[in-house]
Amino acid sequence: MSSADIYREIILDYYRNPRNYGKIDNPDISKRDSNPLCGDELEMHINLKDNKVSDVKFTGKGCAISQASASMLTELIMGKDFEYVKKLTKEDILENLGLPDLGPARIKCALLSLKVLKYGIYSYLSEKLNDVTSADKIKEEASGLF
Amino acid sequence: MQASTINIENIRRDFPILQRKVHNNKPLVYFDNAATTQKPIQVIDSIHNYYLNYNSNIHRAVHQLAEEATAAYELTRDKVAKFINVNREELIFVRGTTEAINLIAYSWGRQNVQKGDIVVTTEYEHHSNIVPWQLLTKEKEAKLEYIGVDDNGELILDQLDDYLNTGRVKLVTVSHMSNVLGTITNAEEIIRRCHKKGVKVLVDAAQSVPHIKVDVQKLDCDFFAFSAHKMLGPTGVGVLWARKEILENMQPFNAGGDMIREVHKYNTTWNDLPYKFEAGTPNIADVIGFSAALDYLENIGMDKVREHEIELTKYALEKMSVIKGIKLYGTPDMNKRGGVISFNLGDIHPHDLATIIDEDGVAIRSGHHCAQVLMERLDVSATSRASFYIYNTKEEVDVFIRSLNRARELFRI
Repeated sequence: MSSADIYREIILDYYRNPRNYGKIDNPDISKRDSNPLCGDELEMHINLKDNKVSDVKFTGKGCAISQASASMLTELIMGKDFEYVKKLTKEDILENLGLPDLGPARIKCALLSLKVLKYGIYSYLSEKLNDVTSADKIKEEASGLF
Repeated sequence: MQASTINIENIRRDFPILQRKVHNNKPLVYFDNAATTQKPIQVIDSIHNYYLNYNSNIHRAVHQLAEEATAAYELTRDKVAKFINVNREELIFVRGTTEAINLIAYSWGRQNVQKGDIVVTTEYEHHSNIVPWQLLTKEKEAKLEYIGVDDNGELILDQLDDYLNTGRVKLVTVSHMSNVLGTITNAEEIIRRCHKKGVKVLVDAAQSVPHIKVDVQKLDCDFFAFSAHKMLGPTGVGVLWARKEILENMQPFNAGGDMIREVHKYNTTWNDLPYKFEAGTPNIADVIGFSAALDYLENIGMDKVREHEIELTKYALEKMSVIKGIKLYGTPDMNKRGGVISFNLGDIHPHDLATIIDEDGVAIRSGHHCAQVLMERLDVSATSRASFYIYNTKEEVDVFIRSLNRARELFRI
């Protein structure tokens, strides 16, 4: 993908005016991670109610792709069933961003948000719900992202 | 018009990689020389020739191939000794600057740093000159202190005096040139102040030796380390120099073959310097290849290398400074900086910037440059960095500037 395709108006807008930016007090799900190669940082907070995402916020530092990806992911999962959120794939994220053919050098930037989300769900499932089987499955998916 | 008296057309012909095209037939503009430099054909041929004609292990065997390989390997040691003006027996081949510093921290550090002692480093060090000292000082319950960096990107030397006055400093370890800001450290002054108090000084010369003439005896430090791959040589070869009396009193870092004199069931005596610190089969081919890199630089002359880089850096800084939204880091005084330019452009994250200008064939570095302590000091998460070497031209700087402007337009700055 050429950079003119990557840095479209919408990506720059989410980078400069991120939606759902901030923190939640005592969230049900909370996870922070960074990409050691480039130093991008992301923290995601989620509240669940009636098995749906009732609130989601993120904070972070990094490139336009990683920050826009996180912000767009929060919009994607807001109000959605927890089951749907658990099943999100790499392809869903790239499609949601409008960057289906991102090259290997930058795909990690786009997928950091999904990685943080999956590790957050893993901690929630294993520590709060004691659902080890589902937790292990999602952990495997998270570590397989990059 | 070329930048200086060196013949760049001829030099560029020696670097086959500079002829290649990237991203839809764009000429490569390689501005990531502070990370690693390209290799001239002479270096590549030299390694090729070793494997083709006299590959063998060194120091032990008596056959002809081993004699030739040993002679070529040891010839590099002689050339390095001449290049930085030291004695050959004080030169140890290691994997790189990182291993050299770890060797000192592990061997000298463990013997000499005790509980309550202080190791002093600086805010503009590479992680390789911070983390080994964190490990050592934690293990020994000693303290790690930092000399700060001022807004010009220079070290605040008054802070060094404060540390030295405690009487607890065992070592000051400092980069000779910042890999981010390009600042050239006033190492002579640091060493003078430290030696007055009997404190040893390690100079991390990874960024200086490739770009400026360094006379280690004149510098008068105690430890000195640099890497071959940042000065036209192969990866996997580094040089550690230390004073003979220090090396003689140090325990070996790696133990095994080649570093011994006699091995008995329960005790061993060490080989002479420098072999005491070179256990196992070394990186023979690449040490031999490094020889050709040193010849190449000697032929050009380090004064010419420096002159060329000053002219190119001045030219680039001038053109960059008028780009809307640019923030340049480091001192504007060319006497105090090398050919390294760190910058940010508006709110474009360095990774996005590097992606955009890579499309135009321009290779620069983006990120924290293994200097997160400095990033904190500069209050940024990352910078972009362009760094030059002998084969770079003003025309390449022009391509880079045009590309920066394209990025600026893409981000509507």
